[in-house]
Amino acid sequence: MTRALITLGIILGFGILKLPAERSLAQEHRDWHLADLDLNLTLREKIGQVGFVAALSGFRAMLADILFIQAEAAWERTEWGRVLFLFRQVTALQPHVPLFWDMAAWHMAWNASAAAMNNPKQPRQALRIKAQREYFTIGKDFLERGIKNNPRNPKLYESLAMLYRDKYNDHARASEFFRKAADCPGAPSYDKRFSGYELSYCEGWEPQAYIQLRRLYDEGEQERLPTLIKRLKYLETKLNIPPSQRIPDQVK
Amino acid sequence: MTEQISTVAKYRRFSPWRVLALATNALVELARQKVFYVLLIFALILIGSSVLMARFAFQQEFQILKDVSLGAMSLFTSILAIVATARLIPQDLEDRTLYTILAKPVPRYEYILGKLFGALLLLAISIAVMAALFAAILYLREQSVLDQTWRQMRSGPPGQVDDALSTIRASGLNSDIFVGVTVIFLKASLLAALTLFISTFATTNIFTVVVMVVVYFIAHLQPVAREYWLQQAHAGWISRGFLALVALIFPDLQAFNLVDDIVAGVAIPMAIFTKTLLLGIFYIVIYTMAAIFVFYGKEL
Repeated sequence: MTRALITLGIILGFGILKLPAERSLAQEHRDWHLADLDLNLTLREKIGQVGFVAALSGFRAMLADILFIQAEAAWERTEWGRVLFLFRQVTALQPHVPLFWDMAAWHMAWNASAAAMNNPKQPRQALRIKAQREYFTIGKDFLERGIKNNPRNPKLYESLAMLYRDKYNDHARASEFFRKAADCPGAPSYDKRFSGYELSYCEGWEPQAYIQLRRLYDEGEQERLPTLIKRLKYLETKLNIPPSQRIPDQVK
Repeated sequence: MTEQISTVAKYRRFSPWRVLALATNALVELARQKVFYVLLIFALILIGSSVLMARFAFQQEFQILKDVSLGAMSLFTSILAIVATARLIPQDLEDRTLYTILAKPVPRYEYILGKLFGALLLLAISIAVMAALFAAILYLREQSVLDQTWRQMRSGPPGQVDDALSTIRASGLNSDIFVGVTVIFLKASLLAALTLFISTFATTNIFTVVVMVVVYFIAHLQPVAREYWLQQAHAGWISRGFLALVALIFPDLQAFNLVDDIVAGVAIPMAIFTKTLLLGIFYIVIYTMAAIFVFYGKEL
């Protein structure tokens, strides 16, 4: 009995010693956004009791994958409400996986929006358009929250730029997000070009677009791609660039 | 008489060779219990998941492969650490091997250290095999996707080909995964030390396993209890006392859950990794000391 009490005392004493180290490590985890899972009732409601316990026990990534696979299956069955519900759970569990945010946004802004627009059960076009725009907003929201959680990931900026370009026809915002993507570490080289292309479509921004694209053209052969040359030629005509400063015509 | 004195002089209070002999023996015993079948299950999960993932794009495939493999590694090593360690002392008691060992000039702390190192060796071998299997599969898949992409894009502009190939490489195998494997091993070692401690006063290994399963879940909630205890001054003294007990007695297993972030592509800073490593070693040392202390008082 005495030995048991002494053992308990040793463990409690050790517990007091370990406390500052544990707290400091937990604080560092929070500072670096590690194990960045907000353990609250909303999450518990989202993922259920078993999911919550699994997430707490260190199987968050596995659980997120299972839900992701379920979301893909729901997409194949075109159950858009379920796709959205599952992707909300997936991104809540693994907010630092850009792929999940990107896929969620793609399903909503591209697939679900197209399905809403072609919904045979909705005869009124105005309501179909409204539903389509709601899905665009949901997709945009996923990407914006994804960027907030992964600010150095170029893929999410790129996807947001594409969303503005293809769904909102907003070339200025598209150019801005392609530029932000290009500023991220490990960004693909095309992000800079795409930013310039989008700017060239913006009324009033042609001089800036010309400077940006011309700089890329002057970087060398690897940047002189057909679209870049086409947009430069368009801008040269539009801005009345003197013939001596224009890029040469391509040899056919 | 002279011979007797020389034998006593030769006897060392601590011999790493005796600990090694006990550890090797514990490992052989565990291997005979066919605990390595866990590796077979792990291999089947890897094969099964690769079949399932054939429908996904390479980023999704790599992400799921990493999540499932590291998650399965964490699960299996935790189970192995608890189940294998729980039976070490009760088995020796049942077989009466313990009496034979302790009848020899083997101090009890060497016996406990030998058993712990045996369990840690088992965990190290298991995790090394699992990590090698996982790395090989991920590397082969990465090479296959790289080769396929290169063949499809080789006529394209070099810049675009490089971008595509570097995207694939970024999603594939990287050194951070091995940091994750080390943390999984550390967590399993801590569980083994804690299990050994409980088995020193438990009467059956079933009891040890059940207690450890409960401890496993409580220890994952320990940071919640700790923060609530330290921050909620207005809570009743019974609640605060209970939370204090949870915070002081149980280890913080959430500190070792870095794998979820590693597979998400988050680079773990060296300072955090080192602190986690030190905290893990600290827990192992304390629980082993407690196990030795209790074992010294055990009537055999």
